[in-house]
Amino acid sequence: MLVVVCVKQVPDTTQVQIDPVTNTLIREGVPFIVNPYDTHAVEEGLRLKDRFGFKVVALSMGPPNAEATLRKALSLGVDRAILLSDRAFGGADTLATSKVLSAAIARLAKDEEVGVVICGKQTIDGDTAQVGPGIATRLHCSQLTLVDRVEDLDPSVRKIRVRRKLEGRHEEVEAPLPVLLTVVRELNRPRYPSVPMRLASEEAAVEVWDNKVLELDPNGIGLKGSPTWVSRIFSPERAKGEILGDGARDPEAAAEILISKMLEKDLLAL
Amino acid sequence: MIPHYTLFTPLLIASLAFFGWSVYRRFSLLALGQPEQRLDRPFDRLKEMLLYAFAQMRVVKKPFGFNHLVIFWSFLILMLANGEFMVSGVIPSLNFGLLPEGVHRALLLAFDIVSLLTLVAIAVSVGRRLFVRPSYLDTAYVKGISADAFLILSFIALLMVAYFGMHGGLIAQGNDPAAAAMPVSSFVAGMLPSDPATLSAIFGFFWWLHALVLLAFLCFLPHSKHMHILTAIPNCYLASLEWPNTQPREKFAKGEVYGVGRVDRFSWKDLLDTYSCTECGRCQAACPATATGKPLNPRQIVHAIKTNLLENGLAIKEGKAPTVPLIGPEGEGTNTEDAIWSCTTCGACLQACPVLIEQMPKIIKMRRHLVENEARFPEELLNLFENMEQRSNPWGIAPAERSKWVSTMQVKTFEKGETEYLLYVGCAGSFDSRAKQVTVALATVLNAAGVSWGILGKDEKCCGDSLRRLGNEYLFDKMARENVELFRERGVTKVITLCPHCLTTLKNDYRQFGLELEVVHQSELVAKLLADGKLNLPRKELGLGKISYHDPCYLGRHNGIYDAPREVVAKATGSAVQELPRHRENSFCCGAGGGRMWMEEFTGERVNHARVEEALAENPDTICVACPYCMTMMEDGLKDKGAGQVRVRDVVEVVAEGLRPL
Repeated sequence: MLVVVCVKQVPDTTQVQIDPVTNTLIREGVPFIVNPYDTHAVEEGLRLKDRFGFKVVALSMGPPNAEATLRKALSLGVDRAILLSDRAFGGADTLATSKVLSAAIARLAKDEEVGVVICGKQTIDGDTAQVGPGIATRLHCSQLTLVDRVEDLDPSVRKIRVRRKLEGRHEEVEAPLPVLLTVVRELNRPRYPSVPMRLASEEAAVEVWDNKVLELDPNGIGLKGSPTWVSRIFSPERAKGEILGDGARDPEAAAEILISKMLEKDLLAL
Repeated sequence: MIPHYTLFTPLLIASLAFFGWSVYRRFSLLALGQPEQRLDRPFDRLKEMLLYAFAQMRVVKKPFGFNHLVIFWSFLILMLANGEFMVSGVIPSLNFGLLPEGVHRALLLAFDIVSLLTLVAIAVSVGRRLFVRPSYLDTAYVKGISADAFLILSFIALLMVAYFGMHGGLIAQGNDPAAAAMPVSSFVAGMLPSDPATLSAIFGFFWWLHALVLLAFLCFLPHSKHMHILTAIPNCYLASLEWPNTQPREKFAKGEVYGVGRVDRFSWKDLLDTYSCTECGRCQAACPATATGKPLNPRQIVHAIKTNLLENGLAIKEGKAPTVPLIGPEGEGTNTEDAIWSCTTCGACLQACPVLIEQMPKIIKMRRHLVENEARFPEELLNLFENMEQRSNPWGIAPAERSKWVSTMQVKTFEKGETEYLLYVGCAGSFDSRAKQVTVALATVLNAAGVSWGILGKDEKCCGDSLRRLGNEYLFDKMARENVELFRERGVTKVITLCPHCLTTLKNDYRQFGLELEVVHQSELVAKLLADGKLNLPRKELGLGKISYHDPCYLGRHNGIYDAPREVVAKATGSAVQELPRHRENSFCCGAGGGRMWMEEFTGERVNHARVEEALAENPDTICVACPYCMTMMEDGLKDKGAGQVRVRDVVEVVAEGLRPL
């Protein structure tokens, strides 16, 4: 049985700044990282491998340099890494992305049964949380989102029971395999690559699948197959609040203004 | 005249054979260790050996050490007497009587006096172990070692008693022409009966006592901690000449193993170290982890490695798997992971060991195994490692924020030819809000003295200190190579560091990467600026009150910088700092070194609490430090102890304060 883990290379958003003039993301020089939620997805895949001996395949759609993300997964112990890379896939929204990913998973399932697909709950660049459910829809399998604990998996009866982390409560649900999980960070603590594994992953082959392999209709994927268009990125206007004094140059004066303001509004008792 | 030598000869041969076989067995196990160059620079090594083995510089640092010095030198002198005893026991005509009369008498006089001194020293040793036993002689793990010590002490005492009995007997019989050269033996002779038959029996008894104790000693020696008699002197010769004791680089390639997970992965010198330990407990007494109830005891680490080698040595020699794990659950011959992670790498053990055993580097080697081969480490470190790899700082803050502290002043970017010094701010000085104040203070002082300096700004990267001490050599190696390349590219040759950890890494560790920089710690440079009259401090009344100075381990012990920070404070305030009970090379760690800054302390007392309590007992108004980690640990410790009124200042902040116009 295969476990497929979907990973994405994302810009390190803590290092992304927004150009105050053009209101666009300054992407230059921003390093790429593995989407943090996906590191938990990989870990869970590896735990299933440790427990049941499943083979783990890491899947990523992206430009050729996204290979680094897959190598990281290889260094942690995934058995196979496949990069879905084709100019035709470029510019995709969540719909087009989930089409490509689900086609790749279906393609894998031709050779060996795919029991579990694991995705991070969302990516930190797009923040839509739509791709995981989109894949499940296209694979016609159950989707269990926001998983923070895998309670039980029984391959003999082909069932999985997980706990979902919802607002203010938890929910325990069960589903038949195959299943797609999207996972939150509380699920597990990712492992760290050993040096021998890192070195091995540097030499390991990352398979690249383009659209010749997937044979998807070019009009249904990439930019052409994406109904969502980003028209503008901007920082929200500050609705409330004001900057008091110049804290960087004269912190004492700024503190004084702050205190007098707070006294004025009766927020401080003297 | 020598009785029963027909019986003595086979006994001697058997004992020597047993001794030789035992020593060979132990020494042959050293060959299992990895190669390490320790035979270079013979003259420097000879000097170390003379200073530490023969003059026992470290031994005599504790009051009872003098006692050991007496025993050591007596032992050397009496080796001649015992050598003669054994030779003439086999061939009676071969003895010191063959030497010129004067030499012979001088030797007898020396033996006589030295034997008495030894007897006194042994009595003192026994008294110490019985009545004024220091706590560091005990450990929770090492059992029965004191029995060992008492056995050896009684062997030596018996040897001396037998020596006097034997010679007293001879003299009393009136047939020793050299009696005048042996005042102590003559005194003993005076107490003996005059009956010749009894005297002959007395002589015979003590001769055999001497013979049997000597042979028993010989047989016992290689099987006890007293093996150090054979190994301590060579151990001092073979000691590391590198100070600070920097970890060696590793080669990263397929098929390599990293660090030490099995006893034969240690170097042969590491293994020899364990034979040289006589369990004196000084490392244990100096160790901040041990002192605060952590599972680490440097003496136990050394002992466990020795036990492990003796247990597994034969199996490993035969190519079989070891039966006792080197790292694993608590047990004889095994180090626990908790112990290995408790080390602050403060170097107090290295400083304390009388025979220059290198405890801390062994711990780092085992950390390397855990991190690099096993990827197993305390969970707090995962974030640290990821942050270092992704954002080149321990907190994972965006590198673009490195130069945020600059917002309050004009700071140049380092340009070769334009600026003399690179101010390597370091991660704490760039991101930690308290340390940033120190950075600003330093920048102000440098500007006031007219120093030409610049920074790398957002291009600066972490030096990797914590990674190296934590055993993540793979990542450290990568970061060090990047930094070395960056420094070369920018033409950096002279560096000022704010932090002693950056100092040691840039100055000592990067040398292994082919980069020789002139690196100064800010306190050294500021001390020089003050001495050269480059800084005019209008303000002398700083309101800091009584100032104590805490020596940061990586500034003091690791880099020998003790005076500069003290001079800085003295010049800026007009009075010398008040010394803490443990200061300079005996300073007690703040608890943050060796990557412990990024880890929790789950067991025992917090190291910073112990240090703060020690400081508070001196009633300081201000504690001065010269390291951002010490700053954090001291401030936190003071808050926890409800002593928030005591200020913590970096030494350069004291100077910056003095710069403010009146």
